[in-house]
Amino acid sequence: MERILEVKDLHTSFFTDAGEAVAVNGVSFNLDRGKVLGIVGESGSGKSVTAYSILRILTEPGKIVSGEILYKGRDVTKFTKHELQAYRGANVSIVFQDPMTSLNPVYTVGNQLCEAILLHTDRTKKQAVDRAIEMLTLVGVNDPAKRIRQYPSELSGGMRQRVMIAMALACEPDVLIADEPTTALDVTIQAQILELMQDLQKKLGMAIILITHDLGVIASMCQEIIVMYGGRVCERGTADEIFYNPRHEYTKGLLRSIPNAQNLKGKLIPIAGSPVDVLNMPAGCPFAARCDRAMKICLEAMPEEIVINDEHKASCWMNVRPDRKEERA
Amino acid sequence: MSGNLVEVRDLKQYFYIKTGFFSKTPLKAVDGVSFSIKHGETLGLVGESGCGKTTVGRTLLHLYKPTGGEILFEGEQVTPRNIKNYRRRMQMVFQDPYSSLNPRMTVSDIIGEPLDIHKLYRSRGERRDRIAELMSLVGLSSEQASRYAHEFSGGQRQRIGIARALAVKPEFIVCDEPVSALDVSIQAQVINTFEELQEKLGITYLFIAHDLTIVHHISSRIAVMYLGKLVELAEADELNANPIHPYTKSLLSAVPVADPRLARERRRIILEGDVPSPMNMPSGCPFRTRCRYATAQCAEENPPLKDMGGGHFAACWNV
Repeated sequence: MERILEVKDLHTSFFTDAGEAVAVNGVSFNLDRGKVLGIVGESGSGKSVTAYSILRILTEPGKIVSGEILYKGRDVTKFTKHELQAYRGANVSIVFQDPMTSLNPVYTVGNQLCEAILLHTDRTKKQAVDRAIEMLTLVGVNDPAKRIRQYPSELSGGMRQRVMIAMALACEPDVLIADEPTTALDVTIQAQILELMQDLQKKLGMAIILITHDLGVIASMCQEIIVMYGGRVCERGTADEIFYNPRHEYTKGLLRSIPNAQNLKGKLIPIAGSPVDVLNMPAGCPFAARCDRAMKICLEAMPEEIVINDEHKASCWMNVRPDRKEERA
Repeated sequence: MSGNLVEVRDLKQYFYIKTGFFSKTPLKAVDGVSFSIKHGETLGLVGESGCGKTTVGRTLLHLYKPTGGEILFEGEQVTPRNIKNYRRRMQMVFQDPYSSLNPRMTVSDIIGEPLDIHKLYRSRGERRDRIAELMSLVGLSSEQASRYAHEFSGGQRQRIGIARALAVKPEFIVCDEPVSALDVSIQAQVINTFEELQEKLGITYLFIAHDLTIVHHISSRIAVMYLGKLVELAEADELNANPIHPYTKSLLSAVPVADPRLARERRRIILEGDVPSPMNMPSGCPFRTRCRYATAQCAEENPPLKDMGGGHFAACWNV
């Protein structure tokens, strides 16, 4: 299978007046053509910043400190302005969380759709409009010829998110990054959009990185999952491995804290404490302060990724055999 | 304890929107809703955005003056004249813990304000003790009383909001999407706090949310709203197992389950289109424009909420 995207030991920080806020702290993953990768984590876990780093759309004072992002073998972190422009939208594109604010309110939908098409393809204006209508039809917007003359404010939330997806797919990218694409939408509309993304993915064969905090969305959409906490990958594996055989204490806690489909009335077991402070990253495991099984070593050193099986890795000292633990301590 | 603490009969709340120089169009946010809440129970109210669930909560507390209908509290009618007597007994926890706390007030002032208004203490010391007691009740440390809201995380802020609501020892709290702005791992903390408080103090909740799994977890009964009307009302487990109304069915099937095997087996019932505008409601049943089973009768008349047996109510002509 063709490898499209490779992220190697990515470090991204925000250099604020209060100090360096470490948002992404050594994240690595691979993405093959036609795969759906889910990144799950709570706010501040670095999942969106990872996405923005891949597209190089970080705003000041954010910076990629080190690491490589390889798109078909070429390092995105070394791209020039010109190369970036050709890369964004045409090779990798993104759907943002909030369809209410990520469309420009003073341009029509058609205008915004055509902008991307004209920039990345050799189509004439008229062909671009035809393409825009074609894309809107594809994402299930009714009466597209009329819609392209409308402004975003005239559309509902679900329609706007469809326009965003149409815009992201207009130039047939290899990778679509969906950053919480349905968080701002109602469940019935969310179901429409998720169904649409699954259909399009099968039809167009692109790879999707789906970023969300909703474990339900992840379970129904992704084959592979990365769980992030405090800027690090704490667990990765297939959906079944992550949900039925979690091996990191954070993943376990996350699954215990949501009402379970079989046992809706059972007591929820919350994860104590609050999310990690990015300005003050601990030396050891970022989750140690909230983990009720934390050991001395958890506070001191970050565990490497431990192979559980072929389809599953976890960065938690609980998975290290006792003899090896002593050796390391 | 038995009997109804809160009863709502044919509640209507219209907002008049200017549509022209002289013309005004009613926006029927809540249109003839009736339900009751028993002592010490939690009634969940679910629906999509714009269906009027928040308006029901606010109108219940007379934050809006109802256009029509009756609100009864312990069998007595609440009116704009006597609402002051009920203010202390009914409270609200808001959705957004970031905008519902005054950034210029310390936590002790925020929690103390209702105590000041209702004059619930005799000395400064008693006020301080009561604030400390409230903070420990919701799981905050009383040393944090002199801090400002921005120094707290989202979950802690929501606890401050809960402590403020509890300050006047209310019997009934309207919780308007109290956890939807919080992270998954924090939601469980706040949900557990609500449940513990109910056990300890016997508070009755109206729990408004759009997340069906959480509502099912916390509620004894659930009411489903669509475009200002109740479409179904039943015991939580009954509603989840045997939904009757086509809207409830599709709503339940659309909820993503955090279980990959189950998710692969399940069929989602995808609804076509969007929710119609409440300014321009379809005739008859409000759901008929998106309903697969809609008939001519649905366009003519709005179905009443019928008792299907066992306290299960549904408003649909086809059942």
